[in-house]
Order: sequence, then C-alpha cells, then structure tokens
Amino acid sequence: MANVKYVSATRVFGKDATPAVDALDLDVRDGEFMVLVGPSGSGKTTALRLLAGLEPIDSGRVEIGDRDVTDVPPKDRDIAMVFQNYALYPQKTVAENMAFALKMHGVPRDERDRRVREAARLLELDEQLLSRKPRQLSGGQRQRVAMGRAIVREPKVFLMDEPLSNLDAKLRVQTRSQIAELQRRLGVTTVYVTHDQVEAMTMGNRVAVLSQGRLQQCDTPRQLYDNPVNQFVAGFIGSPAMNLRTVPLTDGGVRVAGKVLPLPVAIRNAAAHADLKELVIGMRPEHLHLADGTGEVTGDVVLVEELGADALLHVRLPEGGNPIVARAEGRQPPTPGRQVSLHIRPEDVLAFHPETGARLAV
Amino acid sequence: MTSLSLRAASRATTSRAGTRRIRQWPGRVGWTVLGWVVAIAFFLPVLWMVITAFKPESAAETWPPKFAFSPTLSEFSSAFSNIGPFLTHSALATVGSTILVLLLGIPAAYALSVYPVRRWQDGLFFFISTKMLPIVAAIGPLYVIALHTHLLDSIWLLIILYTAMNLPLAIWMIRSFMLEVPNELLEAARLDGAGRIREMGSVILPIVLPGVVSTALICVIFAWNELFLAINLTTTNAATVPMFLVGGISTEGLFIAHLSAAATIASVPVIVVGWIAQRSLVRGLAMGAIK
Repeated sequence: MANVKYVSATRVFGKDATPAVDALDLDVRDGEFMVLVGPSGSGKTTALRLLAGLEPIDSGRVEIGDRDVTDVPPKDRDIAMVFQNYALYPQKTVAENMAFALKMHGVPRDERDRRVREAARLLELDEQLLSRKPRQLSGGQRQRVAMGRAIVREPKVFLMDEPLSNLDAKLRVQTRSQIAELQRRLGVTTVYVTHDQVEAMTMGNRVAVLSQGRLQQCDTPRQLYDNPVNQFVAGFIGSPAMNLRTVPLTDGGVRVAGKVLPLPVAIRNAAAHADLKELVIGMRPEHLHLADGTGEVTGDVVLVEELGADALLHVRLPEGGNPIVARAEGRQPPTPGRQVSLHIRPEDVLAFHPETGARLAV
Repeated sequence: MTSLSLRAASRATTSRAGTRRIRQWPGRVGWTVLGWVVAIAFFLPVLWMVITAFKPESAAETWPPKFAFSPTLSEFSSAFSNIGPFLTHSALATVGSTILVLLLGIPAAYALSVYPVRRWQDGLFFFISTKMLPIVAAIGPLYVIALHTHLLDSIWLLIILYTAMNLPLAIWMIRSFMLEVPNELLEAARLDGAGRIREMGSVILPIVLPGVVSTALICVIFAWNELFLAINLTTTNAATVPMFLVGGISTEGLFIAHLSAAATIASVPVIVVGWIAQRSLVRGLAMGAIK
C-alpha cells in the first residue's frame, strides 16, 4: 500500500522533440484506482512506464510511498505491471508464469504455491489451467493469468497498460467490472492506462486526462463529466461526445441557427471580460430535449441511431456545420427527414474560449 | 425453369474457373518439371555415390555403368577399418567447436541485440567482415602461429579455428532470433526481478531455442565438412574425415568403390543430424515459433 506521486516528471524522446510527458504533476492516493486516459500520443503509456522504471526520466521525479524511486531499478520498486499483450512467458506454464517474480525474490516454494493458488482462486482460474502453457489458453484466460502474475506479488502498486484492449467487446465489459471490483477488495493503489474513456469513467476513482504530454484535468469521473476545465476534456469525456460549436455572441447569449440561445450571466460576463466576439459552446446530448416547436434550436433529423433504451438523433442545423447529437426517448424517436425543435436550459450550456479552449466562468 | 437456369449459371462459373485453371496449367507444369529436374540433378551424384559404395571394386569403374551387380559390404568394411581415428577427430573438432560457438555466440548475440553495447553496429560488422577475407590469405600466418604455439596437428587447433570460423555466422543468426523476442517480455522479466543472466537463461533462451538449435546444426555441418584448414594444419594426430576421403584419391589408381563407401560413411552423420533437427531447423529458419 502506498501513494504515488509524479513531481514535474518529464520525458523527452530525442533532441528538440516535444516532450512525451511534459512536467506531469499527479498525486495518486493510497489505495486509489487512478486512470490515465487520453488519445494515442497523449503520453499516458509513457507516464506509466516512468512509474515502472522502464523509461528513464529526464527531469522531475517519481515517488512511491513517499520514497523517491526516480533512480531505483524496476525490480526494486515493488510494483507489478499488466501489459497490453500480457507478455506471458510462452515456454512457462501458467503457474510458473505467476510464480516467476516470487522465485526471483527468493520466496520459498510452499509459499509460492500457496500464493499462486490463492490468486487463481481469486481470479476464478481453474486449478487444471495452472499446468498449461499460455498458448493453450483463451484470450480471456491469458488476461487473467497476467492479472494473477501481478496479484501474487502483493505489490505496493499495480500498473496496468490497456489490459483489456485485446478482449472482445462483451468480455471487456465483464472483465472491466471484475478488475474494478478486485482492486477495491485488495485495496492496492492502481494506475491504469486506457484510451477508452468509458473504461476510464467506469473504473477509476479518479481520472487523469492527458493530451500531448500534458495533464489536462484530474478529477472524479462525475466532475470530469459535469465540469470539464477545457474544451479538450469536454470533447473527450462522454459518449456520444459533447456537441461543440463555435458561435457568435449577441445580446443576452449566442446566436445559434438564427435564433438567440440565452446564456447565464456569468458566462456572458466572462466573455465580455475576455473581449470575445464569438465563443465555443458545449451541450451534452442528454441536455437537448425535444420540444414541440418551442425549443431554442431547430433543425432536420438526418440520422437516428437506435440504442434500445434511447436513440441518438443527428440533427442538421440550417446554418450547416456538423450535425448536433441529441439523446431522445427510445420508444418513438422522430424519423429521419423530420424537423425537430430542441430545448436546452441555459445552465446546461458550457462555454469555452475559442482560442485557448479554456472553460469560461467555471 | 429456375433449376435449369441455375444449372446453366453454375456451369458458366465452372467453365470460367476452368479457363483460369487451364491458363495457369502450362506454367505450373513447367515449374514442377524444372523443380524436379534441378532436385534430381542435385541428388543424382549422391545416389550414384551410395550405389557405387555397394559395388565391388571390379564393377565400380566400367563403361557403360553396370546396374546389375551383386551388392557387397566389403568396401564399407575396408573403409571402416581405417576411418576410425578420422571419425574421432572430426567428432571432437565438430562437437567441441560447436559448444564453444554457442557458449560465446549466445552472450555475444544478446549484447548485440537485447541490450546493445555501445557501437554495436561496428561490432556486428567486424564479426561478419572476418568472413570476407579469403582463408587462403590467412593460412600462412595461421601456420606460423600454430607452429609457435605447438598446436600444429592438434585437435585443439581445429576446435579453436572452427569456433572462429563459425562464430560470426552464429552471432548473426542468434541475434536475428533474439530481435524477434517481444520487448514487453523482457520488460516483464525486468519487473519480475530477473537479472541479465536469468533473463537470458530462463526467458530469452527458451524462446529462441529452435533458432539456436538450427544455428548449432549449421555449425556442425560446416565444421564436419571443413577441409582446407584441416589439410594444411594437421597430418595424423588431428586428421579429419574429409582428409581421409582426399587420402583415398591415391596416385597409383582410383579405388572408386572404396572412395564411395568412405564418402557415404562421412555423409551419414550430417544426414542423421539434419534429419533429427529438420523440424527445429525449419522452425528456426522461419522463426514463426515466437508469434
């Protein structure tokens, strides 16, 4: 059990390149499930590898349990990592795979066997699988063996690098909840890397969103969703994504498709203060409600995506641009081609600076 | 009606596929014939050697060649009576040098692939560049060195020289197999606390084993067949099987059946080793084993 701390941790690949991880400051609490999420190239995997010691750190430092481990070799950091492709030793049996680290650390055989068996039970791995080779296992079983290899070590920190990305969709959802539940039970500090924001939202106690090597925001999933600090986080978190549009400012609000969409005073003041002529507004699909001709926004339905419980309406506004997406009751959604009117409450509209992307009036 | 038109349609597709097959046909036959001709051309001398080995000397050198003869093992037994020491020397030189090659080559390949040492490209090129020098150019100095170190006509000399001869190739081969080992596996081993030697011994080596076996096999074959160094640097105490064969070509007449029997005996170990290791040879050379 330990907390993890990045202090201005920076990693640059090659001279004059932009840093892969740029002055990362992050505090992971003891026992916390922290998810690093971001698009590819955001530096999330590099950040994890810095913590693992697989990547040298160029400046700043990394601490595990209040101990500076920046120059400590990986094996002495008391961490265990689950790799994206599992990295199981192909010539060793499942049991040998799981026990290898213990063997390296001189744990006696009886103790090794006991811990391997316990981990197998925890992961619901059949006892008879323990004598098999990795290639004789299914993808899901391999994934659990990789987890088991981490668990038997009883480390201070679990590091997981997209451990679910090689599973099919259904198994991924299932395993997702199992891992989250297991982590809660074991209470081991976990740093988990994924590019999938749904995984991030569902698994993490807190989520750190990275983009281009920089930490954008680190907060609980709820806070990230409701109060993104900038346009990147707003657009990245949430599925379907938030509707983002650049619109001109007018008296009392902004002009969207010829009509005035009123905005709260705080946003208007902030926009006036920044001397803006236009700004970016963000609207979550579920905040756009169907209204019988009385809504603030009107457009034509171009596509309906049925999800079962609800339906996603892609609505093209008369002024053009990307269609906006609205979440509607699934039973009787409007058909494509129909004109719909959408209502949105001013307090549900988020506003961002058109150049910096920063949130206005948080 | 429907069934008729269906049948017509199906006939149309068959005939289209048929035309394609016919168009490919001459090419395929051509390649097959060429393949067999080349294969037989390579194999014929070997076959002739084996057949001749079973002939009595009187029937061996006749024109036209005799196909009907009473096979005999007399030439084999006479060859065996003399070849013994040569076989021992060859076996010692081959096995000894191959073990040395692996002992040196595996760590060297590791140092040039998994954790490349500084200026590893130069090292790699240096190793292979030793194979570019014609060995004839080096035989003079080698002789002088062997003379002064009192290693002339010694089995140790052959072991050392065959090791030197095969090491560059072995390093290059094993290195290419090691490069195929996924990086994550090495990182997992590092996180698990395996040191360099453990990592090499219990993670990398089991994976590249088919490749190492095929490398060893090639070294065995090269060492077993080597003639030039052996003939120039040994006489009796370390004379190898190829030298025995050359010795059979005497000046006072050609004993072709005797020579064939000896050559057949000399070929058997290589064929046996190759046959045993062919699976791992194919696997090693194709190296699909890792993925």
